[in-house]
Order: sequence, then C-alpha cells, then structure tokens
Amino acid sequence: MPQHPGVYGMATPQTHGVGGLTFDTSKRRWPNEMNVLIALVIIVGIFELLGQLMMGQSFLFNSSGRSDSIFNEQRLRIIVLQVSIVGIIAIGVTQVIISGGIDLSSGSVVGATAMIAMSFAQMGLVNGNPNPTLALGPWATDLPVIVPVAIGLSCGLFAGVINGALIAYTRIPPFIATLGMMVTARGISKWWTAGKPISFPTESYRVFGDGLMPVFIFVALAILFHLILRYTVYGKHTYAIGSNEDAARMSGIKVGRHKVLVYTIAGMLAGIAAIVLSSKNLTAQAGMGTMYELDAIAMAVIGGVSLSGGRGSILGTVIGSLIFGVIISGFTFLRLDAYYQEMVKGGIIVAAVVLDQWRQRRAAYGA
Amino acid sequence: MSNSDIILETRDVTKHYGGVHALEGANFNIRKGEHVAIMGDNGAGKSTFVRQITGVERPTRGEIIFNGQPVEFENPMEAREAGIETVFQTLALADELDVPDNLFLGRELIRFRLGPFSILDYKAMRQRTMEALEKTAVKIPNLKNTIRNMSGGQRQCVAIARTATFHSKLTIMDEPTAALGVQETAQVENIIRTLKEKGEPLILISHNMRQVFDLVDRIVVFRRGRIVANLKKEETDGQDVVAYITGAKTGAQYQDTAA
Repeated sequence: MPQHPGVYGMATPQTHGVGGLTFDTSKRRWPNEMNVLIALVIIVGIFELLGQLMMGQSFLFNSSGRSDSIFNEQRLRIIVLQVSIVGIIAIGVTQVIISGGIDLSSGSVVGATAMIAMSFAQMGLVNGNPNPTLALGPWATDLPVIVPVAIGLSCGLFAGVINGALIAYTRIPPFIATLGMMVTARGISKWWTAGKPISFPTESYRVFGDGLMPVFIFVALAILFHLILRYTVYGKHTYAIGSNEDAARMSGIKVGRHKVLVYTIAGMLAGIAAIVLSSKNLTAQAGMGTMYELDAIAMAVIGGVSLSGGRGSILGTVIGSLIFGVIISGFTFLRLDAYYQEMVKGGIIVAAVVLDQWRQRRAAYGA
Repeated sequence: MSNSDIILETRDVTKHYGGVHALEGANFNIRKGEHVAIMGDNGAGKSTFVRQITGVERPTRGEIIFNGQPVEFENPMEAREAGIETVFQTLALADELDVPDNLFLGRELIRFRLGPFSILDYKAMRQRTMEALEKTAVKIPNLKNTIRNMSGGQRQCVAIARTATFHSKLTIMDEPTAALGVQETAQVENIIRTLKEKGEPLILISHNMRQVFDLVDRIVVFRRGRIVANLKKEETDGQDVVAYITGAKTGAQYQDTAA
C-alpha cells in the first residue's frame, strides 16, 4: 500500500505505521446515508424537471399562490403521510436485516393486529343505532383506549417472539420462519371475523391516525431506534451478529436471545403500525397491510441497509422511505397510471441492491 | 523454578472423538513470562490441545490447572474471563465494526446500565483501545475504520490487540501469521516480542521454524496426538525439531508413551 505522508502525516503524525499496516485516509468515505440523500434530491429534481416540461407545474414548490409557503405543502404532507405507516414497520425490518435476517411477516401481522385491536376499540352506538360491525359483542364496546393499544402491542410482540424463537432455537432460515408467520397471520386476520370488516372506532382510538399524528409517531420511533442502534449494547450486538455471527458467538454474545429480542421489537413495531393504520382508516379489514412487508424491505434496501447484514441505519431507512414516497407521489403528479408506479418501484429495489453489491465489492477489493 | 510460577498446567489431558484418539495424555506446562511454541504436523493434535484448554471443547479426561486452580471451562467465554485470551486461526472479528467495537465485542464498557439497552461508553472504549494498541505497538492510524477496509495484517493486529486489552494472564495464538505477507508477519512478530518484554506468557502454534526460533523459549512437539518432545531453544536446532515432528526421534522422557 503506497504511503502518502502528506495526507496523514499532518493529521496523525504519531501513528505513522510500517508497510502494509498504514491506513490511507483518502480511502475514508462519507457516510452511506449521504449517498441516499443525494439520490433523494436527484429524484425530486427529476420530477421537478418533468413537471415543468410536461405539466407546466412545479413538483416541489408552491405554484398555486394560494398560500404563503414556498413549498407545495399539500404534496409534502401527502408524501410523509403515505410513507409513515409502512415507515414504522421499516424501522423494525431495518433492525432485522442488519442482524442478518429478514422479516416477511410484518404486513400480515399488521392485518391480524389491526383486526384484533380494532375489535376492542369499537363504539357501542353509531348515530344512536347499535354498531353494525360489532366483532365481539356489546361487552367489548367503548373500552378505554389503553385496552386496544395494549392488545395491539401484545399481538405484535407475540408474533415477533414466535418468529425470533423459531429462528434462534430451531435454526430454520428467517425467510422460512417469517414466511410461515406471514401466511398464518393472514389466516388469523380473515378468521377473526370470517372476513367481515370492523369499523367505527371510539373517539380516543381515532387520535393515533388523525391528521399528521402518524408522521409524528413515525419520526419519534425513528429517532428513538436510531439512537438505540447507535448508542446501546443492543445496537452494537445487532450489527455484530449481522456482520459475523460466529465472531459474535465467540465473543460471548448470546446470539439466540438477541435474535429473539430483535424480532420481538420488529413485531411490536408492526403492532404499532397496525394501530395507527386502523385508526387512520377508521376500519380494519382482513386484507390490510398486504405487501407492506415488501415495501418496508424496499425502503430499508433503498436506504442503504445491506441484505447481507451488518450495514445500514435507521436514518438511511427514513430517507429511503422518503424516496419511496416521492416516487409514488411523483407518478400521481405526472398523472401516470399506477401500473407504472409498481413497475418502476420494482426496478428501483433491484437497482438499490445492485448498487449495494457493487459498493461492497469495491470496498472489499480496494478502490 | 517454583510451582507457583506455573501459569497453566495440563495433566493427562485426552480427547477422543468416538474412536479417533486426537489427543492422548498431554502433560504440558507454561511458566509466567514464558513463550512456548507448539509444533507438529497437520493433525498432530495441536489445535485439539488448544481447544481443550480454551473451553471450546471439553476433554475426555485429564486435568487443567490454571493459575494454581483446577479449572473446567464450559465455553470460550469462561476461559476468557479467567484470563486465557485466544487469537483463533479463523479471525473472530466483525467486519462491519471498527477497532474499539471489535476489541470490546461482548464486553462493552457501559456508561448507563439498562439491560440490553445499556448506553455504550464510546470515549472510554476508544481510550482503552489506544492504550492497548500502544502496549502492543500496533499501528492503526484510524480507529474509526471498519475491519472490512483493513489489510490481513491489520486485522491480525486488531485480533492480537484484543488479547492485550484485557490484561490476560495467558495468550494463545493459533498460526497468527499463516495468511500474512512479509511485512505484516514482521509486525505481528514485533507484537509478540513486545508481549515477551512485558512478561506476558504466550503459547504460539506455528509451522514457521525461523519464527519459532526467533520468538520462543521452549518448543513442545506434538505427533499423532501425543507430546513427543519438550525442548529448550538453546539445546536444539531446526533439524532436530524436524526429526521430532516427522517421527525420526522421540524425546527420552516420552519413549514409553509415543508409539
């Protein structure tokens, strides 16, 4: 390895190494999140340009003159609202992927949890008439809001514990364990009311999905888990296990127990997403959350979380989720069919993984 | 040479895998401050022996006395806690983490205790990492760099520095320079010399005759699962050791046991 005394001779003169043991400071890269952020800016720029050319409108800025803001607040609001619920799931999925696993069950867990939680959050009377969609009977109406919330969290937690225990102690691949949970949880969500929707939640339950509340919950959870991953033993061990499971085990980390914890947290976050989603929609249906697991994985991958484990961050996933939201919103803005959205979404996921692999190879074989 | 000088002693340590007698009646000792090489052909029982004393496996029979106490390690962590640090042939490093993270993997320094969500004390870990690197004379300019971006030599140095961070009572290195280039090998050998100067005992498994004669005080030769020679460096030479390794010679005190 060639030495460049000028480069690190100045910065760290006392650590000048011998031969191959020096480290070339110029090889230090900026954080991966920076790349994702640049991608976001570029994508917004493309939509802005296309908007000016095709529609004669601005994508990002306020062109209607109806309000004082320079940005198109309406559009920004829709973007963040759209991604916040899947974003909550993606926070958990990010941790699972960093630990070297995968969680395919989160969308179905959202469905099952929404059904079960909502059935404890119903009003007894709607406009003076009995609630026509009662899932459990009059005894489960007008309960304090803590009941459906606690039940929702427990459902998510329970699903996560089962995922984690299967993966940690039967040693089946995470793909299979969570695929099983995906199918089972979807079954539960249909069985709960034999397919009928559950509607008319209580006033206090509606708070979680009201206005920008989903965004606040998403941001609060994102900040919390970003700090946890960065500054706690839990975070360090999650990265260690995803990066080299054998090394983690040899270093005395209780790998099995830790995995159960990671999947449990992911399950609980899916539970929170279910509460917010059913609260926002004012109803719970058996098909809720379908494909959310893949959207969440996509957000993480676009945000630079490596599917081979050990790399990525919640911040990256949050930016990834914004890219996701901008693309969907951008296609609507350009009045393109929803079919194109899905096609492009698929392409972007693959491109993100290809880019990640390419970056890893470059890092491994030295640029 | 009093008995209290002996840091590790094994008596009749034996390991059978089913019908395979991988290790047979190993009597071995190492004194404080002493550097001992274990040599032998592939499959001679060197690594098996190391696995018994580091808690990776449990011997079929025999006694291990560490620091004056009989010990039975259930797992590598117990051995490590007792003060036996091992640099394994396959490096136990997490590629995506940086140097202090790897040094303290599994025993992180904590600023605020909160179960699994205990807050890490990055500053103290960084500080102690620098001390450890100084102690071993390892030069790694950027501690923030992840292991992934390091050369084989740097990785090996980090693995070795890890053993030095925790004031281990005995360090074991299983072929630490097997995959390294010339300069990197020199660096690792310098670290070993530093350990010698600090009076830290070391068991070195190596195939490299020059390295062994450069670095250690005593050479123990394994052949077909048995110890066949225990040689002071001054009283032997390369050819002699090769004769023991290949079976042309067997040490006088081992005549009856070695077949």
